[in-house]
Parts: sequence; structure tokens; C-alpha cells
Amino acid sequence: MGFDKFGRKSFTGMTKTAKFVDFLNEGKIEGTVCKQCGAKYFPPRSDCAACLSKDMDWFDMPKKGTLETFTTAYYAPFGFEKDCPYTMGVVDFGNNLKLFARVAGDLKPEDVKVGMDVSIKPLTYEDGQVSFEIIRA
Amino acid sequence: MAKEVAVIGVGQSSFVRGYEGSIRELAFEAFREAMQDAGITAKDVDASVFCSAPEYDKQRSPAGVLAEYLGLIPQPTFYIETVCSSSSSGVKVGYSMIKAGLHDVVVVLGFQKMSEITSAESQERMGRGADIQWEAPFGTMMPAYYALYAQAYMANNGLTHDDLMNVRIKSGTYGQINERAVYRKGVKASDFDSSNPDARMAGAVAWPLRVGDACANADGSSCIILANAEKAKAFSKKPVWILGIGAASEAVNMAARPDFSKGLSVGYNAAEQAYKMAGITAKDVKVAEVHDCFTIAEIMAYEGLGFAPMGEGKQLIREKATYKEGRIPVNVDGGLLSKGHPIGATGGSQMRTIVLQLRGEAGPMQVPGEPDIGLVHNVGGVGLYGNVTIFGR
Ligand SMILES: [Zn+2]
Repeated sequence: MGFDKFGRKSFTGMTKTAKFVDFLNEGKIEGTVCKQCGAKYFPPRSDCAACLSKDMDWFDMPKKGTLETFTTAYYAPFGFEKDCPYTMGVVDFGNNLKLFARVAGDLKPEDVKVGMDVSIKPLTYEDGQVSFEIIRA
Repeated sequence: MAKEVAVIGVGQSSFVRGYEGSIRELAFEAFREAMQDAGITAKDVDASVFCSAPEYDKQRSPAGVLAEYLGLIPQPTFYIETVCSSSSSGVKVGYSMIKAGLHDVVVVLGFQKMSEITSAESQERMGRGADIQWEAPFGTMMPAYYALYAQAYMANNGLTHDDLMNVRIKSGTYGQINERAVYRKGVKASDFDSSNPDARMAGAVAWPLRVGDACANADGSSCIILANAEKAKAFSKKPVWILGIGAASEAVNMAARPDFSKGLSVGYNAAEQAYKMAGITAKDVKVAEVHDCFTIAEIMAYEGLGFAPMGEGKQLIREKATYKEGRIPVNVDGGLLSKGHPIGATGGSQMRTIVLQLRGEAGPMQVPGEPDIGLVHNVGGVGLYGNVTIFGR
């Protein structure tokens, strides 16, 4: 399965990290970790900029983090209009690991707060696209 | 602070919606003004650098086409791109070419005809403005990214919607008196009042940012002519010297960004370099142009540039310290918010404003007290690139 399955709408189909999509289908959200120097990356990378190694492994992203910031979009770029309004945010897991995603639709904008405890989970859209989203902890 | 490279000519077109001409004709408007300002002819120019954001251009590789139209062939020419900071990056490159001794006089021309493509095409491209692999699939857009910073500032730094509105009111004050601005109307608090049915600026775009928090799209061009010390003294009665340049980059993905409540890292990283090179501090700056693509970006710039301590940028707008008569006047030409933001032309236009201020030729926008040091802060993308350039008489 190609990377064109990632997200509400994908803009690129080919990447060496396409296995990320298979993990999402298995219910896992994975980052990559360098086997040489231990550097951790999210979103995943197939190459390590810290030590130039191409030898990477996958690791489970933490499940508990805090919402560092967020926004609710009332206008959307071409192809996303039907989803409006939708909220997107940044989760901080500590140890220099953060994640950007949409906040689950069942969380109302007025209930989303900076600093709140959150978790993350994979998500499958009705058209078969897969992604991950931020949920209440 | 070494006086080695000077600005000897500045120009810009009017910033407008739907320029009625081609990109070469748009480029000519700024070029003509800058060449007449410098009092030179095309044979005095050794090289040219053209700058734009290519996603809006139909013409591929525009440098050659524009150099021909401006009469700058067979001199060398090429193209520089860092999205919204393209033309200040172009000036950095032009500075370097002169400092290296390769050329004596270099023309840096920034342009953008945003109306070159349809609004549907533009929207589709906007969605690809950041990381297309890992972020655009969520439906991101420029206002949403800046809104992430605004939200963190509101939660952690006590920033309010009124503070953001007051940045927009300030830009409106000066957009009214800048005849080159695209948005010439003043802005009032009632424009942001959602209970007022005629409020033009109250609608949510990417909360907490509203319609009035976003800059005005425009078509436009800018031109900066640089020269070495010998040519500057020969050609110009009032050369304005480049005293310091700083430039930085940052991760495109929001997941790799440092603390959102401290603003854009490219701002403070570039500023630190520029101050060091110029041998000055923030206190020495008498007038500044900062990249206010959104109201929140101006607040972040106050802090990144050291005009206010981290987290305290809001105080400057509350105290009106960045108005023309204030302690540190900022964007007294209307800024991107009112003057407009024709992507590739913006940095050069900011520089033109500062050069005119230092020459005492800014007309109704002139800052009192004969400013001797001015600063330009120009950001590309969502703090992906940042250039800070310091000018002095
Ligand atoms: Zn490594």
C-alpha cells in the first residue's frame, strides 16, 4: 500500500516511510529511531540527519502528552472544504517528541484547551484513507 | 560597523489587486523608479537578481525574461526564492556578490503577480504551502499555522484579541496615508465587533485569528540597487549602508518546532546575527519594518527583535510604542496588513521604506527625529526562513 492512502488527502504517494500507513492499519502510530545514534523522529524519516545513517527502526509513539497549542479552521484549502470546521493541534510528549494532527471531531472547539492532557489514536476515513488524531486523554 | 555595501536606489510599484499588465511590465515599475532614484543607466549595472515565489508564476525561470525586458542583458542574472522573504534573501546574495568583489553594482528585483493564477488554483497551492508529506494531508493553510502561535500566546503570555486588533488598527492608520498601499481604508474596533452586522474583519478564519488579522494579497514589485563603497560615493548623495545581515531557517513541520509561546525562531536567530554584525543592540534601532503577514506575527517580531522582552510584545501595542511618534516605530507604511503582501516583492518594499526613512524622504509617514538606524525583518513561510537586515546612514 502506498503513501497516497495517508491523510484526508495525500499529496505524495512515494516515500520509503510508507510502512507508516501499514502500521496505522494495524492500529499503531510509529516514529523512527536511528539504530546508530538513537535519534528519534516524528514524523518518521528513513535517514538520520544527526549521524547520516540510513539504518532506522520503528518505535511506538507515546500515548500520553499535553496539547501545546491548537487552532480551529473555518476555511479550508481546496479538497478539505467539507470537513470545516476542524481543529488541529500540536501534542508535546516531552523528550523533544511532538506531533501535529487534527483533534477528534467529537471534541468541541470550546472544550479544547492549551495544556490539556491528550492521547492519540489511528483513524480510518469512510473513503479508506488512514490518519491519526488527537483525542481526550 | 563597516560601510562597504550601500543601497543607492529604491523603487516599488503600487501594490494593487489584479495588476493590469504582465510580470515584465510589473517589474519595470519598480525598476524604473529605483534606476531614476540612483541616477544610473543599465550599463552601470553589473548583475541582476530576481526574486518571487514561483508557485504564482506562469513564466518558468523568469530571471532571463525580466533581465531582457529591463535592458540588463548580457550581464549575469539569476533567480532566488525563499517564499515571502525572497527579496531580502536576494539582497543578502547581492550584498555577498559585491562584498566578494565580483560586481560593483547589483539590481535586486522582487515581484509577484498573485492574480496570475485563478483563486481556485491559488487555494489548491496554498494547501501545499508547508510540508506536503506530513502536514498538508490534515488540511493546513497559512492562517492556521499562525493561529497555532496566536493560541499559545493567548494561553501563556496574556495576549488578547484586542491586542491583535490594535496591531491591525495601527497598520490601517498608515495604510491610509501610503499611496502605494493596496488597503487604503482605516480600521476601527467596530470592524472586529461580531455583533455589528457590517463588521468587515470579525469572521473567524483559523481561530483565534479572524479576517482582519490577515494581510492583504496584492500584485506588486520592488527594486533595491546595491553598490560598493566607491560606486556608492560616485553615484549617490545619500547612500544608505547595509550594516548587518542575519538569516536563519527552521523546521517546516510543526512537530519539530520549539516553544510556540516564544514565537518564530528565525526571528530571534537572524536578529542576533544582524545586531552582532552591525555592532548595535535593539535599543539603537530608530525605525523598523517587520513581517506582519498576520497580526500575531508583528507581536512575535517585537520580541524576536528585542524591542520587548519575550512574552511582553503585547505591551508595545498597548502603549502605542510602535506608532510613528512612539519609542520604536514599526510598519509605519501600513505593513503587510495594509500596504499588502505581494510575496516576492515584500522584503524589497520593506527595505525601500527604511531607506526613505533614513534619508528623511518618507513624506507623511516620516518618523520624527532624523532616524539614523533602521531594521527590516522579513520572514518566509511560517517562520521557515527569516532575514533581518540593518541599515544606517
Ligand atoms: Zn543517527
